[in-house]
Amino acid sequence: MLKPLGDSALLVELGDKIDSAINQRVHALNALLQVNSIAGIVETVPAYSTLLIHYDPLILTLNQVTHWVQDKLTQADDSLNRKPRQLEVPTRYGGASGPDLEAVAVSKGISAAEVVRIHSELEYTVYMMGFTPGFPYLGTLDERLIMPRMETPRTLVKAGSVAIAGSQTGIYPLDSPGGWHLIGWTPLKLFDPTSEIPFLFSPGDMIKFTPIEDDHA
Amino acid sequence: MLEVVDVSGLVTFQDSGRRGFASFGVPASGPMDWFAYQAANSLVGNSVNTPVVEIGLGEAVFRAKRNCVLAVTGAGYEVLNYVWTFPLWTSFFVRAGWYVNIKKKSGGNWAYLASAGGFKVEPILNSSSTYLRGGLGDSIHAGDILQIGKPSNELLKFAARNFPVEKYMPYTQSPVIEVVAGPQKERFTEEGCRTFLNSEYTVSKTFDRMGYRLEGNSIAHSAGADLISEGMMTGSIQVPANGQPIVIMADSPTTGGYPKIANVVKTSLPLLAQCESDVSKIRFKETPVEEAQTKYRDMNAALYNHKSL
Repeated sequence: MLKPLGDSALLVELGDKIDSAINQRVHALNALLQVNSIAGIVETVPAYSTLLIHYDPLILTLNQVTHWVQDKLTQADDSLNRKPRQLEVPTRYGGASGPDLEAVAVSKGISAAEVVRIHSELEYTVYMMGFTPGFPYLGTLDERLIMPRMETPRTLVKAGSVAIAGSQTGIYPLDSPGGWHLIGWTPLKLFDPTSEIPFLFSPGDMIKFTPIEDDHA
Repeated sequence: MLEVVDVSGLVTFQDSGRRGFASFGVPASGPMDWFAYQAANSLVGNSVNTPVVEIGLGEAVFRAKRNCVLAVTGAGYEVLNYVWTFPLWTSFFVRAGWYVNIKKKSGGNWAYLASAGGFKVEPILNSSSTYLRGGLGDSIHAGDILQIGKPSNELLKFAARNFPVEKYMPYTQSPVIEVVAGPQKERFTEEGCRTFLNSEYTVSKTFDRMGYRLEGNSIAHSAGADLISEGMMTGSIQVPANGQPIVIMADSPTTGGYPKIANVVKTSLPLLAQCESDVSKIRFKETPVEEAQTKYRDMNAALYNHKSL
């Protein structure tokens, strides 16, 4: 369950699949470690079923980090009542904002309105963040919307694009290349390095998409 | 102040790196060769986290607008100061008006230019390291003026010093790179693990601050090349389905979905970073974590306590 990554990180494995309950444990352990941090812990990176702990080997040995984490692992289940933040994401679906909405609907044999309804109905967890600064990997998507990634990724996806791929949905924080299907767009700014709060979302947050009309944006 | 007269390749500011935002997807960045970076600062009396200019795979020409003391470290470069050629790993006085040319040779990829007093760079997310893909900072262009801070002592005290690099970091194009095995060693066949440790690899043409794609004997997976994405870091050796390893470098994505056969230890990262494409012959050797950490601590102590400085 605990595995060294090189000489300056420790990987905590809490499972081996994409699963909401496992991911909740990852965020619970992460929260517990943050509150009880010790000198030499550089930062932690929660992912689907793992937590990576970066530490400074000038201050801590592998042994010391391992003991610290093992000690906290025994307490992690008690902090499962962690209350996640809930955030709404106003989203303009289809048209120029979601150029792939129609294609997704056709491929799934349902109407575009149905795709929007299904996508905006569920509440999603920010399982992890990565790819580019501020990109939230959200799950779990309703089975009726599961699509493989695009065969040829776009070279430019505009910032704010709401997209789906596999059992996940996400939002592009920056103009970047991307291989997910674009179904909508949000005017929210997910990443602003000059702001006091540079990132709109944090791993573990709960997110719900709210359809908006054109003139709201 | 230094005026940038001409640059080619990838020339950026870097400090010790941007830590604390990996959980939001922001890489650590920082120097490709941390040893050369720290030695450059150490030569001119700067503290550990002072921004320097990283020159990658190209050249840079500067003109001093005031008297200053500079140091250049790294591998694969030489320095022309006014009319004199200087080796790397030395510091030197530059009179106002003189040109300093950092010229590419063979034997490495990255050079570090430090100034006594440090370059003044506005930090973004607590760091002056440039991360181009994320829009954090910009590369250095001809015409830019680089501001220099106040030296920690009388300027000339820092000139004409040299760092005995061979003693600590023997740069070579045929290095033995030490790695800690795992964390997904079991995702490879025994034969695949042997191939990794007993073959020679070179850096392919596809390499940048994000990662080095290596070329050599293909490493066989035992359980497929897809992993649920998880955290990774500088030095992580990912092996995608084609069996050719990719070493994640300074602008590393914070997470990745290929199994990692091993991770390069900190004391070997500089050697790997300076490996040239096609020319280098890289071998890997496993080492216990504890040994790697002891070696890293000793190396760090040497950087700042060296008697010749």
